[in-house]
Amino acid sequence: MIAGADAARTRGLRRFIDNERWLGRLLLAPAVIYIVALVGFPFLLAIYYSLSDATVGSRTLHFVGLRNYGQIMDNPTFWESLRNAIVFTLVSQVLVVVLAKILALALNRNFRGKWLVRFLILLPWVAPISLGVIGWLWIFDPVYSIINWGLRAIGVFGPNTWPIWLGQPNLAMASVIMVDVWRLLPLATVIILAGLSSIPQDIHDAAAVDGVGFWRHLFRITIPLVMPIMLVALLFGVVFTFTDMIVIFVLTRGGPYDTTQVLASYAFFTGIQGGNLADGAAISLFLFPVLVGVAVLFLTMARRAEVT
Amino acid sequence: MATVETRAVTKSFDGSNAVDAVDLLVKEGEFLVFLGPSGSGKTTLLRMIAGLEAPTSGDILIGDKVVTQMPPRARNIAMVFQSYALYPHMSVFKNIAFPLDAQGMHRDETRKKVEWAAGLFGIQRLLQRKPRQLSGGERQRVALARAVVREPVVFLLDEPLSNLDAKLRTSARDELQQFQRRLGTTTIYVTHDQVEAMGLGDRIAVLNNGRIHQLGTPQEVYDDPADIFVATFIGAPPMNLVESEGIVTGFRPEHFLPHEIYHGDQDVTRFPFKVTRVEYLGSDRLVYGILEQPFPAAHVISRLPSNVSVAVRKDEHHEFVVRNRDLRYFDRASGKRATPPSRTTPP
Repeated sequence: MIAGADAARTRGLRRFIDNERWLGRLLLAPAVIYIVALVGFPFLLAIYYSLSDATVGSRTLHFVGLRNYGQIMDNPTFWESLRNAIVFTLVSQVLVVVLAKILALALNRNFRGKWLVRFLILLPWVAPISLGVIGWLWIFDPVYSIINWGLRAIGVFGPNTWPIWLGQPNLAMASVIMVDVWRLLPLATVIILAGLSSIPQDIHDAAAVDGVGFWRHLFRITIPLVMPIMLVALLFGVVFTFTDMIVIFVLTRGGPYDTTQVLASYAFFTGIQGGNLADGAAISLFLFPVLVGVAVLFLTMARRAEVT
Repeated sequence: MATVETRAVTKSFDGSNAVDAVDLLVKEGEFLVFLGPSGSGKTTLLRMIAGLEAPTSGDILIGDKVVTQMPPRARNIAMVFQSYALYPHMSVFKNIAFPLDAQGMHRDETRKKVEWAAGLFGIQRLLQRKPRQLSGGERQRVALARAVVREPVVFLLDEPLSNLDAKLRTSARDELQQFQRRLGTTTIYVTHDQVEAMGLGDRIAVLNNGRIHQLGTPQEVYDDPADIFVATFIGAPPMNLVESEGIVTGFRPEHFLPHEIYHGDQDVTRFPFKVTRVEYLGSDRLVYGILEQPFPAAHVISRLPSNVSVAVRKDEHHEFVVRNRDLRYFDRASGKRATPPSRTTPP
């Protein structure tokens, strides 16, 4: 009897698994639940909050229309954050693309110990971001900075040169950009490397026979052919950088004087730490149209540049 | 126009020689074919002449100048690849103009040259298209136009027809030969297809295991193979080989015919054999069989043209003959050609 019930249950299960319609839904479910619960719902909630007077302390909230947006527009810190976010993103991504391209070209060659170099270059990507950034916090430490001590030891810095990396406005921006480049370089390199190795060797041979030198080969053949995939790397980089606040949060907390404050960190400080959920939500929503625009732009360009 | 010469050129990969001390002289304006099975080193040899691979040892000369250490661009050669290797992001015009851009040629002159090259291959109307919008045959023409446009002294062609379908291949072969004759440029052509090799080449270099087994005109290579490898590699079906007493006797299937065909006064060798299979191919019949006493039981094939009406059926015993002047002898140990044994008829 028990065996019979088991068999019936197995049959039922098998019928369910063999049914493609239900199996398909079942397999899609985790992704859908994840997106709805952790992206979709908070996104709608953010829109709702941004149109209300929600704070951390109160249990009630009232609809206030676009008042929060108006307040933000009048707030100079918001504009400073927006400007910083754009500078932070653009400068770091230009550096990432150029450096990643150079690295990928180097790694595309064969040389002894290549696997070790590849491994070392990938390290920043596999290390937890916050731990890596804490490492950088020590490197930039005003008293113990290994950069300052090191450069003084080899005589580059004189006795009166002692930059406070995270404490001087321009240096602070340079520092956070440097760390962001360090963090995103591996991913971009790996993506571009994949693009490079997808170019058939025949094409390179043909270019060599056709008589081009290194630079013309690079700019007329190699770069145009990896362009679509480079744009994908750039898209990832821009989105990661524009929405990221870990680097800023750990290193500078937006300081000094908001000179490294970006939209993501400003939204966090206003909404969560400052308790003003409504303003924080409104600030963070400014990220959305910008990122949609960036994504559409890059995907269109990538398709136009598509070559095969 | 130039000669191409290799002097003891060797290329080793991981200790074994892909190309083994090859000496070769390609004459000015000649159409030379490298023919060999895959892995014979023919493409490696071509790539070394192009400068895409550096020889492990030996020298390469183009037009009596040693170019062994020079990069491809300094050798004034053009190459057509099996995949055509068109630049996918450039229009046909830009593809063809690319070698000229690399020379820094003036724009007007470039345009004139590109139009001339495109005209040679009838692709003027395709100049604005991208390679992906072209058919296989059109791509091949673009690749040829790109090779021609710079007026190089040597053309190197690496199986340029192997990606075309059979019908197109025949006409492309014809065009290729015509344009080579017209330009008179020294050409080296790599293929594993013996029909292409026989049809195109002024001379054929038959390669195997990195060595040239024979260098000669198509007729020499076919009629007088230098060794057993050439004898069996060229010809379909290959030459029949019968081995006895250290000597291998070879004869082509089309020379192995029923004795009724020949008049009594011809100097022939008789081969009694048992038919095991007959294939009717329209223009020919292929007769498979096993030789009988006094010969060792070797498998042999006869190709009977359709105008030979002798009835041949499975399991029958026949006496086929080969004219003695069509017999070739090889030394079994070395595989090389040997002098015919003193006796002219079998015991």
